[in-house]
Amino acid sequence: MRRALAAGAVALALPTAAGAQPGVGVNAKTGEGLYAAYCLSCHGVDGSGVTSTSHPRGVLDLEGLGPPLEGVGARAADFYLTTGYMPLANPHDQPRRKKSPFDDHEIAALVAYVASLGKGPGVPHPQPQRGDVSSGLSLFTEHCAGCHQVDAEGGYLTNAVAPPLLQATPVQIAEAVRIGPYLMPKFPANQISDAQLNSIIAYVQWAKHPDDPGGWSIGRIGPVPEGLVTWLIAAVALLGCCLVIGRRFQR
Amino acid sequence: MSAIRRWAIALGVLLLGRKQRQPRFADRARIVPPGDPDPRAEWLVLLLLLAAAGAAVGFIVFYSFNHLAHQTQYLGLALGLAFGFVAAALVVVGKRLVVTEELEEDYPLPGHPTSQEELEQLVEESGDRFTRKRLLLAGAGAAGTAIGAALVVPALSLGPLLDTGAFYETPWRRGVRLVDGHGKPLLLDEIERETFYTAYAQGADKELLGSPIVVVRFEPSQLDLPAQRRDWAPGGVVAYSKICTHAGCAIALFRKPTFPVVEPGPALICPCHYSTFDPTRAAKVIFGPAGRPLPQLPLAVDSSGVLRAAGNFSGPVGPSWSGVRSKRPRNPS
Repeated sequence: MRRALAAGAVALALPTAAGAQPGVGVNAKTGEGLYAAYCLSCHGVDGSGVTSTSHPRGVLDLEGLGPPLEGVGARAADFYLTTGYMPLANPHDQPRRKKSPFDDHEIAALVAYVASLGKGPGVPHPQPQRGDVSSGLSLFTEHCAGCHQVDAEGGYLTNAVAPPLLQATPVQIAEAVRIGPYLMPKFPANQISDAQLNSIIAYVQWAKHPDDPGGWSIGRIGPVPEGLVTWLIAAVALLGCCLVIGRRFQR
Repeated sequence: MSAIRRWAIALGVLLLGRKQRQPRFADRARIVPPGDPDPRAEWLVLLLLLAAAGAAVGFIVFYSFNHLAHQTQYLGLALGLAFGFVAAALVVVGKRLVVTEELEEDYPLPGHPTSQEELEQLVEESGDRFTRKRLLLAGAGAAGTAIGAALVVPALSLGPLLDTGAFYETPWRRGVRLVDGHGKPLLLDEIERETFYTAYAQGADKELLGSPIVVVRFEPSQLDLPAQRRDWAPGGVVAYSKICTHAGCAIALFRKPTFPVVEPGPALICPCHYSTFDPTRAAKVIFGPAGRPLPQLPLAVDSSGVLRAAGNFSGPVGPSWSGVRSKRPRNPS
């Protein structure tokens, strides 16, 4: 019964949504209008979610699939929108960082709308200047480096990519740690306290511009490329040695 | 005593004795022009070979220390020097001791008896500047033996050959509390879903292979454990050994879907070779090189809500080896 009602509501919402071209339309600047244009097909009416593949097709004939947004709060909305993770063209894709199609006002309006869907956590205010880079490194190594690599350059796990953090803002890092976007686990406050989170953010900020003691960063992805470069140099040097050793005596 | 004397005499003869051997092909016209013996070069070669042997022995010595600062660097230096000295010895031999000459003609074809003899004569005459072949061969043998030993010695680290009993010992037994890295007991109510915890056996060395476990919580309805393990997961909390059953790395990655409809299911992943285990199905291997599931630790909750072990692991902890499946984990006696 509820599903039937929701389907009806989608149908009712269709004309508004279909008329709302990106960035155009009367309602497009309001959070609700943007939601209808960009989010509704997957996240459903009032953020109720579209969780079944047998659900009637959503707006603009897209097959929508998306989690409910009731109670996720401004924190999750701000993270997914400012990173460009959402809107996502294909719900089966891993969301990647990209330039958001929305400007700051539109994002603020959308965040406010999603926050109004249910009681949820607000946008955090991390203070990395109160953190400690050194303890941040050890915390990052313990909790984050398994996937994101100790230099925050990102990495791989089966079926997913752990994104590089070099463009992540302090607020986005604070949000992601608590939310656990896509396949990332959540880290609640009893695992990583707010003070520890400040240190982790301070470390990630530092890791964006680390010192390269050798002069070359060589991708900062570890000993394999460094070894390759070393071997290239060593191979040339060895070739030189061979030429010297093999030179004939002049008579 | 007489044995030592005989050895000393033999060594003396080896070191000091020189013999101008009668060439085998003295009756023939030389092909390779004659060269003068070069005793100083021979000494140099011998010295370099012995230095190579010494460096290789140094490698073994450095390797045998357990907690040596900059051990890797010393090992690299020793092995590098060993090979470097051998290379230098060969360079000196090639440059100063082997008679070299450019021949316009082709090498005689091997196979034909006379050309075979010519070849032998070439080799023989090229080497007739050496006056102490045996000593040099002994030096080369020493260098080769030492380097060979240096390369073989690390194989000892593969483990004790006979006494493998310690591998099956774990500190877990019925009633042992789960504690976090700071020694604080884990409470069932504090374990949240969609995240993972590392825990250790209370009172045990955290470095022990059998101590660390990874603790994950699910909705009990999400779990699909074998029938005999139904009561191993109070409140949907499951615990597995944190040591990968493939090569023994720490299971450091946990993957949890935000929206399970379109995303891959939950998994514990080893960062070394991406062995992937499904924690909802008793850590069944779903990807990667691991050959058996992570050993599961049965859990129970005491009256104060603290998580405790309800027994030992379901199988041996750590990397796999021949016959591992037939063994059971046990407690140290």
